[in-house]
Amino acid sequence: MKAAPALFGKAIAPSCLAPRTVLTVTLLVVLALVPIYAAFTGDPFALTLFTRVLIMAIAAVSLNLIMGYGGMASFGHAAYLGIGGYAVGILWKEGFASGFVQWSVAVGVSALFALVVGALSLRTRGVYFIMITLAFAQMVYYVAQGLDRYGGDDGLTIGQRSTFGGLVDLNNNTLFYYLCFALLLASVYLVSRLVNSRFGLALQGARSNERRMRAIGFPTFRYKLAAFVIAGVLCGLAGALLANHTNFISPAIMYWTRSGDLMVMVILGGLGSWFGPVIGAVLYLALEEALSRVTEYSGLVIGPVLLLAAIYLRGGIEGLFAGAGRD
Amino acid sequence: MTEPLLHVEGLSKRFGGVVAADAVALAVPRGEFHAVIGPNGAGKTTLIGLLAGEISPQGGHIRFDGRDITRIPVHRRSRLGVARSFQITSLFPDFTALDNVALAVQAHSGHSFRLWKNARRDRALREPARTALAGVGLAARASVRVDKLSHGEQRQLEIAMALATQPQLLLLDEPMAGMGPEESARMVTMLRKLKGGVTILLIEHDMEAVFALADRVTVLVYGRVIANGEPAAIRADPVVREAYLGEQEARATELRRNG
Repeated sequence: MKAAPALFGKAIAPSCLAPRTVLTVTLLVVLALVPIYAAFTGDPFALTLFTRVLIMAIAAVSLNLIMGYGGMASFGHAAYLGIGGYAVGILWKEGFASGFVQWSVAVGVSALFALVVGALSLRTRGVYFIMITLAFAQMVYYVAQGLDRYGGDDGLTIGQRSTFGGLVDLNNNTLFYYLCFALLLASVYLVSRLVNSRFGLALQGARSNERRMRAIGFPTFRYKLAAFVIAGVLCGLAGALLANHTNFISPAIMYWTRSGDLMVMVILGGLGSWFGPVIGAVLYLALEEALSRVTEYSGLVIGPVLLLAAIYLRGGIEGLFAGAGRD
Repeated sequence: MTEPLLHVEGLSKRFGGVVAADAVALAVPRGEFHAVIGPNGAGKTTLIGLLAGEISPQGGHIRFDGRDITRIPVHRRSRLGVARSFQITSLFPDFTALDNVALAVQAHSGHSFRLWKNARRDRALREPARTALAGVGLAARASVRVDKLSHGEQRQLEIAMALATQPQLLLLDEPMAGMGPEESARMVTMLRKLKGGVTILLIEHDMEAVFALADRVTVLVYGRVIANGEPAAIRADPVVREAYLGEQEARATELRRNG
């Protein structure tokens, strides 16, 4: 276990200039400057790409809470992207454009879904857990395909972004970007607090040695379930953002390969490190984008990269920069 | 007469055709240091599993502190005051020694739905944990990751974690397993200090340790209690001698075959 990271409110001390801190700060600065770069170059594409990166990073951060800290390798996490996205799309179609309504429903339904899936799947272990979470996600996928009123397999174009009664105008792409950025920072901070709290230590204890946890008196199931629901809520929020970003929602958003993408981001960035998933999301999506310009077969490059990362980088990219502290 | 702290009657468990516990009866009064011995495969570890609640019996009753706990799950038994150590070290390897014990303290200080405050800076958890570590002689190793501790130190930490839950009954599953003579001696000294305070049920292969520590001894063979009494009486019991002699002969044969 690494030392407790304190992201905010800590005075800059020489020890903060560890490679990991430099990487974290650099990445945050770059992300903060993207809209300025886009404005100067008049290239809106960077803004579009990185808005997506930020949103997927929120999803990856949420998955990291259960997979990295809780040892629950959910292979159905993209379902919450879908639930959050469809909450926005369906409510818009039915005449509710208010973000307060849409996002509350996105978060609420995600929580409910996570509660049901978690209550059933957390009774199983290992491969069975992976298969059950996958099965639930595929169920939601097929339900979405069957929603003819909302575009079925073709998806639904959403006519307007969520409105917040003049509080924020999501149609302003720069503003929307910074909203996503702020929500990402908030999620990272939330997770970094959670994992060092009593709750977080109980969660990590259950990952490390569940049998011992029970023997010393922990009812592990309820803590794992609570973490599962928190992660679902956070990812549902990312789904609502994603639907606003693309003004479009389709079942493809929660196809099983999307869940795989999220897992890859978390593992690539650093399983169980609070900032790792952000690094993973940036790297994975940037790599995918860059390669797609060069070749149709981007998978041929990404595959081996992941393979090497899995073999040589046990702590992910984040672990690489943390030095010899992890093994 | 007051009821014993632990009172087991007719406890039975079969795994397929193997009888691991055959109508086991056991009474351990409060404050007693009780040892359970028996040859390999006698069902000693199964007995600990049954008492701790990890294994559910097919028959019989376990009464603890005046209540029937036969069907109560592991974590609630722990809260009632039943703690166990594991034969094969069972810790949180990626946490520090102090983190390990602090978790045990945390398990017994209310629920853990406290989501914000840093638990590693929570003195209500860290102070008792430090005390428990000091109690087993690991104070200087508090901030060392468990997978960097020596085997002997890990065994000591096993005990510290069980003690940190402030149990009434401590179930020790071969605490000397895999230890050298020096480490074993240190463990015996440590266990002797606990004697009289917490009630202890010890399973151990090391006969010297058992006879040095126990107030009473129960002998288990093929899941059945064949003798029960004070150490001196057990040592002299012909039935017990036969059970052990049999094992020793078998071991000698095995040694000849292998070497």
